[in-house]
Amino acid sequence: MSCWETVQAYAFRSLGYGERLLPRGDITLCEQITLIGSGLIWNVYFGLFALFLGFFLAVALAVAKSSPRAVIRKPAEWFIFVFRGSPLFIQFFLAYFALVNLPEEITTASRVIDISWLTDPFARAWLGALIVLFLNTSAYSGEIFYGALRSVPKGDLEAADAYGMTGWRRFRRIVFPTTMRLAWPAYTNEAIFLFHATTLVYFSGFPAFRQQGDALYYAQYFADRTFNPFVPYPIVAVYFVIVTLIVITVFGMINRRLNRHLPAARRQRVRYRPNLIR
Amino acid sequence: MFEYCSDPSSLETTRWFACYLTNGVHMRFYSSFLTVLSLLAITAPVALAFGFLGAMASRSHLLPLRALGKLYTSMVRGVPDIAFFLFFVIALDQALEWVNHQIQCPDWDEPIRQGANFVVCQAAKIPLSSAPQWMHEVYNYFIAVFTFSIVFGAFAANVLFGAMQSVPHAQIETAEAYGMTRRQSFWRILVPQMWIYALPGLSNLWMILIKATPLLFLLGVEDIVYWARELGGSRTSQFAYPHGDWRLWYFLGLLVFYLCFTKVSEVVLGRITRRLSHGQATMGGEAQRKAAA
Repeated sequence: MSCWETVQAYAFRSLGYGERLLPRGDITLCEQITLIGSGLIWNVYFGLFALFLGFFLAVALAVAKSSPRAVIRKPAEWFIFVFRGSPLFIQFFLAYFALVNLPEEITTASRVIDISWLTDPFARAWLGALIVLFLNTSAYSGEIFYGALRSVPKGDLEAADAYGMTGWRRFRRIVFPTTMRLAWPAYTNEAIFLFHATTLVYFSGFPAFRQQGDALYYAQYFADRTFNPFVPYPIVAVYFVIVTLIVITVFGMINRRLNRHLPAARRQRVRYRPNLIR
Repeated sequence: MFEYCSDPSSLETTRWFACYLTNGVHMRFYSSFLTVLSLLAITAPVALAFGFLGAMASRSHLLPLRALGKLYTSMVRGVPDIAFFLFFVIALDQALEWVNHQIQCPDWDEPIRQGANFVVCQAAKIPLSSAPQWMHEVYNYFIAVFTFSIVFGAFAANVLFGAMQSVPHAQIETAEAYGMTRRQSFWRILVPQMWIYALPGLSNLWMILIKATPLLFLLGVEDIVYWARELGGSRTSQFAYPHGDWRLWYFLGLLVFYLCFTKVSEVVLGRITRRLSHGQATMGGEAQRKAAA
């Protein structure tokens, strides 16, 4: 097989298109690069959707956590504590068993109604793992936004008061933009490590349906097959360095926009702060 | 454990659970918590030492040493750490066997990599294939500990390098004005002062390390995740203690364990930070001074 044929056969293997059998026997470099790149689609999918959906829940959590009313504050505090205080790996396992067991219990209890069409997607990685990642990143970003919300300068709020702004208008025009500006460097790191965390999905209970896995899943497949870790894992590394650079570029652009009204010396630079395995 | 446990099928619920939770495999489950704790106890200082060496190397005046240090500190930035875990476990194993092979069988003329196989002579296998099972387990465990130390050493190097840069430069200049050599000013001035700047990063790292311990499971060690999966799986009536699929409850137990562990660590680290900030020219120290005044 020429390299172009390999690309045609395996470029979308992780989504279930193309060649059904994974390469075996003499594995070429081209096959490794193609298939691992194909798996990267899943990492990007999990990362993008979890990040996008998580942003809104995170803002809500941050606002709830800084609420003076305990009825609103306590649930947000507990949510953030549970998801930040426990390993993501355990959360995946727990969610998987919960999503598999509960439907079974309901089915056996009711006997008549078959709800498997509704509950089956939840036990699959594309939805079940996405939910876990979404909740997890919401908790981490929520804590970041909460910290930023608390450090909105007092003068800004007093100025808003002086202009007669209150409630929603004050939040939308003064508090929220400043919160985003302050939180953005830390949020960039969170985004980077969310993409890294997506590699855990297929190692944590959620099965790779018909061997449709992510980049690391295929890398491990090749490492097991060839017994040579020095090729597949560096390929994964290069792919993820590229993803990281793209994330930094995009978030850096947003950061510049958020800071565009400030004099150059007061702008916040994006700095690397590890917030790694969760 | 208890004498009434001899026939579990006849017991009522409380006693059944008392027997079930104290049977042999559960004892191994509980001792695997010690495995996790011992991993933390070994990894934390070793990783700190690696990190210190890495940070020192990246401040070095020798170009190759500095390049090596920079490479080590930046290797974890762009790449998922799980990739490193999976990579190092095999790579370390093969590296050890290769070195041992060169020593033990110098006159071996076949290539070591034969297609998809990695072949070393029988005497170079680590541990020897005739070794008892526990030797294999101990070997796996130490490979895992070493892998953790390398990866977390890189994180620690990042933190410590930043901390060394944060010590006010005037301090070093003053030391040099007193005629101290580079080495003296490093050990007597920089190192004692850097810890307060490193502490927030190191506390964060400790929390991350705690939360990384379930990954031992991926490295082939029989840790708490392994046992929770084993014990939770459903047991038919052939077994002494038949039950359904209880993995959900076992993992819930692990979740609670980790939540308690991180909470306790958070409180302890908060206390240490407060103590170390005392009298420091940092924001925390300043806040303490104002509160006292």
